[in-house]
Amino acid sequence: MNKVYIDVVAKFSKDGCLLPISFTWEDGRKYTIDRVMKIERCASRKAGGAGIMYTCMVQGQESHLFFEMDKWFLERKVI
Amino acid sequence: MSERTILHCEMDCFYASVEMLHHPELEGKPLAVVGDPDARHGIVLTANYKAKKTGVKTGMALWQAKQLCPEIAFLPPRMDLYLRFSGMAREIYSEYTNQIEPYGIDEAWLDVTDSSIIKGDGIGIAGDISKRIRYELGITVSIGVSWNKIYAKLGSDYNKPDAITWFHRGNYKDIIWRLPLSDLLYVGRQTSRKLYKLGIYTIGQLAQMDEKILESHLGKMGLVLWTFANGYDEDPVCAEGYEAPIKSIGNSTTTPRDLETDTDVWIILTALSESVSARLRKHGFKCNVVEIWIRDIHLNSITRQIHISQPTNITDEIVNTAFQLFRKHYQWEQPIRSLGVRASSLVMEDVPVQLDLFENQAKREKMEKLDCAVDEIRRRFGYFSIQRAVMYQDKILSHLDAGKHKVHPHSYFHG
Repeated sequence: MNKVYIDVVAKFSKDGCLLPISFTWEDGRKYTIDRVMKIERCASRKAGGAGIMYTCMVQGQESHLFFEMDKWFLERKVI
Repeated sequence: MSERTILHCEMDCFYASVEMLHHPELEGKPLAVVGDPDARHGIVLTANYKAKKTGVKTGMALWQAKQLCPEIAFLPPRMDLYLRFSGMAREIYSEYTNQIEPYGIDEAWLDVTDSSIIKGDGIGIAGDISKRIRYELGITVSIGVSWNKIYAKLGSDYNKPDAITWFHRGNYKDIIWRLPLSDLLYVGRQTSRKLYKLGIYTIGQLAQMDEKILESHLGKMGLVLWTFANGYDEDPVCAEGYEAPIKSIGNSTTTPRDLETDTDVWIILTALSESVSARLRKHGFKCNVVEIWIRDIHLNSITRQIHISQPTNITDEIVNTAFQLFRKHYQWEQPIRSLGVRASSLVMEDVPVQLDLFENQAKREKMEKLDCAVDEIRRRFGYFSIQRAVMYQDKILSHLDAGKHKVHPHSYFHG
């Protein structure tokens, strides 16, 4: 499976925005999200699902966090 | 008045496409979403294009599908997921117009006439929608663009999948009029047969026929079809949230095993009538007519109805009427596969009625209160929290959650 559900710490702002702050990858390592670049609805063919996609900068790299219904997931990178 | 711009959007192989998105491991493989074979709903609901190419069709039995396409993967339906995707598509549509008329879970008409100043012409909007559905939902949509709903629908069917078809005044005669009659909405097997006898095989031939002759052969429907074929249909796209007035309330089911005795039938009729009467009460209706539908194991079906003396929404009265109808009209030549109950000729529940001198009105009122109490218990604690004793005679048969309803397309004619 390329769909990895993750634990996310997120913030609800007073105007109703939901922003992820950090997440824990499946190996237990914690990553802080430096910046959210874009928020849009998007499907993930790789992981299999559709939801709100947060394009984020994490340690200088772009990564896509998906919020689908009530869960967060990431696409596992297959080399 | 300038011409309308109407889009008909249909998501391609909807259930199968949503499942394909959620099963990346099945990419490029034939798959079908199928009903539960153990509950004897084992037919293909939707197949993907890969499976369709081998001849698999909606409505086919699972063994037939397997014969045509041995490597096909069967998946159970996930209605909640499909409803979510249908809702997301609706949200996209609503960014272009407020005139959205859904036709089933996967189709909708959009009237974008007034949006053209801001959002561009019909083709442009269709392109936008198509792109967004692919990106945001991960599935594809086929869109027909025309000046009336009928031609727009023909457009979305004309080219599939993931295509946009524009039928305008300049090309409709060359394309639409050459299509076979059966492509037109509301031309089924029976109507086709009648029209073939008149020498009509294409939509163009129907359009050019004298409407009076059509009327004499098909009645009112003849005129309607003639209007459809000519592109004269002016039926508006209903505004979002419009609900057609309810004309009847019914429920039917294919039972987990064949019904062989009166008790079996009584159990199923009770479950169906409970659902029908609960919905009558929910919408504030009473019915004057009770109708039953019976289909035997050879798929022969009959429908019978009866006019009752007093309008009712009492479960007991509906079950009893339905059962009496059944006893009168079914002689048990064959076991039964499916049953249905429908309440029609509806009136508002508070209309004044002439009381019957010989009827026990006090008892009827008690029954009404009892039904309301049951509805309330079920609302709070779930459908199976309270059951009629007869349901315990056969748990498999009675485990039919008649509280759940399926999505059926509304009729094109609103009420």
